[in-house]
Amino acid sequence: MTAIRERLGNGWKQLGSMIGLVLIVLIVSALNADFLTINNLLNVLRQVSINALIAFGMTFVILTGGIDLSVGSMLALSSAVVAQLMAKGVSFYPALLIGIVAGAIMGAFNGIMITKGKVAPFIATLATLTIFRGFTLVYTDGSPITGMSNDFSFQLFGKGYMFGIPVPVVTMLVVFLFLLFVLKKTVFGRQTYAIGGNEEASILAGIKVDRIKVIIYSISGALSALAGIILISRLNSADPNAGTSYELDAIAAVVLGGTSLSGGKGSIWGTLIGALIIGVLNNGLNLLNVSPFYQLVVKGFVILLAVLIDRKKS
Amino acid sequence: MQIQLKNISKSFAKNQVLHRVDFTLESGEVHALMGENGAGKSTLMKILTGVYTQDEGHVLIDGKETRFKNVKEVEEKGIAFIHQELNIFPNLTVAENLFLGHEEKIGHTGILKTKQMEQKTEEYLAGLGLSVKASKLAGSLSVGQQQMIEIAKALRLQAQVIIMDEPTAALTDREIQILFSLIEKLKKQGVSFVYISHRMEEIFEVCDKITILRDGQYIATKQVKDTTFDEVVYMMVGRSIGDRYPVRSGHKQSDVFLEVKDLTRRGAFENISFHVKKGEILGVAGLMGAGRTEIMKAIFGYESIHSGEIWINGDRVSIRKPSDAIRYGLGFITEDRKSEGLILDFSIQENMVLPILKQFQSLFVISKQREKSFVHKMIKKLNIKTTNETQQVKSLSGGNQQKVVLAKWLGLMPDCLILDEPTRGVDVGAKKEIYSLMQELADQGVAIIVVSSDLPEVLGISDRIMVISEGKVGGFVDKQDATGEKIMNLATGGK
Ligand SMILES: Nc1ncnc2c1ncn2[C@@H]1O[C@H](COP(=O)(O)OP(=O)(O)OP(=O)(O)O)[C@@H](O)[C@H]1O
Ligand SMILES: [Mg+2]
Repeated sequence: MTAIRERLGNGWKQLGSMIGLVLIVLIVSALNADFLTINNLLNVLRQVSINALIAFGMTFVILTGGIDLSVGSMLALSSAVVAQLMAKGVSFYPALLIGIVAGAIMGAFNGIMITKGKVAPFIATLATLTIFRGFTLVYTDGSPITGMSNDFSFQLFGKGYMFGIPVPVVTMLVVFLFLLFVLKKTVFGRQTYAIGGNEEASILAGIKVDRIKVIIYSISGALSALAGIILISRLNSADPNAGTSYELDAIAAVVLGGTSLSGGKGSIWGTLIGALIIGVLNNGLNLLNVSPFYQLVVKGFVILLAVLIDRKKS
Repeated sequence: MQIQLKNISKSFAKNQVLHRVDFTLESGEVHALMGENGAGKSTLMKILTGVYTQDEGHVLIDGKETRFKNVKEVEEKGIAFIHQELNIFPNLTVAENLFLGHEEKIGHTGILKTKQMEQKTEEYLAGLGLSVKASKLAGSLSVGQQQMIEIAKALRLQAQVIIMDEPTAALTDREIQILFSLIEKLKKQGVSFVYISHRMEEIFEVCDKITILRDGQYIATKQVKDTTFDEVVYMMVGRSIGDRYPVRSGHKQSDVFLEVKDLTRRGAFENISFHVKKGEILGVAGLMGAGRTEIMKAIFGYESIHSGEIWINGDRVSIRKPSDAIRYGLGFITEDRKSEGLILDFSIQENMVLPILKQFQSLFVISKQREKSFVHKMIKKLNIKTTNETQQVKSLSGGNQQKVVLAKWLGLMPDCLILDEPTRGVDVGAKKEIYSLMQELADQGVAIIVVSSDLPEVLGISDRIMVISEGKVGGFVDKQDATGEKIMNLATGGK
């Protein structure tokens, strides 16, 4: 047993999540024939993509031993900015860029508070969760922004298809591959793990821990913004209350993917699987006509179960 | 109490680390367990105390087969185990650490008798010659002081058998002498000790018997009075290693590389001024808590200073953080490998390349191949005992962990290497390898600063010795006229 585990090494944890995903897929498809249709699966993927994007950023944050509770508010504020710009006639790509930069700046603010201000990540992002949400309400006057142009690429971004695959899914996969590369193959990725593994040793090894953390929180902000822009394209409006409690699904995806909340261990692969588990679960429960109230209960128990099984293994 | 270990075998995965080892501890004896890094000493003691379970063999206590399930059972039997890696909770006070799991309460209420425990703690520590406030956070103490707390924990249990796995690695002479007189006293009361150490002088000073392991094999048990230093080393290593300190082939005087002027951090050290030349080995001696580590950390930019200047190669520099120091060509091997030197969950490879990752990067991608060949070279050069480079450093023996830390900094090829207790927990053979390595670097023109609490070591390897006494420079001694006495005098300020 130990020998197997040793050989699998880090892959072991992902294997666990993978088995979990397969099990849930099997159960859901056995209970409802509609689940395993191409259409429905693409639908699941499209729903997953928003949470997955946020969860990818969260993975980096959690790998360094931090947490980002403000993702939902960053999503709302940056997507409101984009919506406003587009309503004023700015074309999509410049607006997209500005939105992502806005997200990154908000994330950088988190990062600076955490590193230079030495505020605990939980507290810092809890505060900005309210601050950014407040700004969103101020900015939008509390009502949704509509009347965005019928810009073709904007419409495509949330609703379109590319080679038969929903564009949000393509976006999510591109980001996934890029981050997978960053985490596995680059100095930045290795340093991310190092910081979570032992921050003191990392500083003493000359790693610019503060800078890396600020970058990571910025990534989290930028990805939340990206997710938000997909959302407004799909809904054709920017709701000031969009993204409320999205941090919970994102954290759940990371944890289900086997990333340790104390940092240093985990993978972006795991997070993708974790996000898929949540997506399949949501979709399955809908197909099975489970009431939304019970859905919450089931989801919560699945997360607990996954973590409990994980505990037993190590 | 008599303890017998018979025919003990143990494997981790496919790696067999103990082969049918025997070991007997009689009551009232101090029994040394010796062997190179990774020989299996700690593992054997962990089997005795039920931390690990043997694959084969028996643990007999007073002739009765025993298998402990947890620490509590071990303690109830009257056995205390001071682990090689400190188990101090830095966020608890000294007293809370000492009484952990044995808190004194008012009746069954769960209300702690804090005052009383703190008072007792200070008494215990005073008995060990240590005066620290029991209400201080343990994390704020030096490694040596933390080690003394571990020892005090064992004493508080009034154990009949005390296992000490490298208790003196972090201690200076004075504390070691206090510890030894304590061992003598307890021995007379029938307490027995298993004593694991890589400091040969100590073994011959305090132990009655020596059992030697090599590569997990039982080699021999000898009465100390019937054996010699060389014989023990021979049995441990399997060959003769010659002189303990490599002969220094007269170093060339050269330009000053690093100069420190009036470095002050109030409450830690004051007006520290010294220099080290290219190709020179500067030893730094002093008592525990004298401030040596803090000075080095400040030079390396890990701790702030209130005033003072640092000059490198004739230019004044400003070092605000370790990455600045590294840029100026400094390397720093910290004293506490567990919390500052290593990422325990990382593999050997990942740890070794941490400061030099950029060297293996081409077009943003880390070349695993180049990384691996560097790591293999280092494993060979430093003779690290491991199954392969992907082994997690936390499963390495203590001495081999230390070598990984060393390798990590050698890769950076610094112009000035600061080593804080570099041979702590390292076996005789490997110590010599490290000394040779330091000389080799010095011969190549690297300036070397080595902080060490091991007095014979400082005397044996330094070209010049700086003594720190209570946060101030106590004085400098040249190699020619350095004696242990002279250094101790300077260290204690003549007290
Ligand atoms: N938990 C573990 N998993 C895998 N291998 C281990 C584990 N613990 C110890 N080992 C291996 O067992 C061997 C013996 O280790 P041990 O710690 O007993 O050595 P030691 O004699 O105490 O050395 P040192 O003097 O360096 O402390 C080493 O090769 C080590 O890598
Ligand atoms: Mg050991």
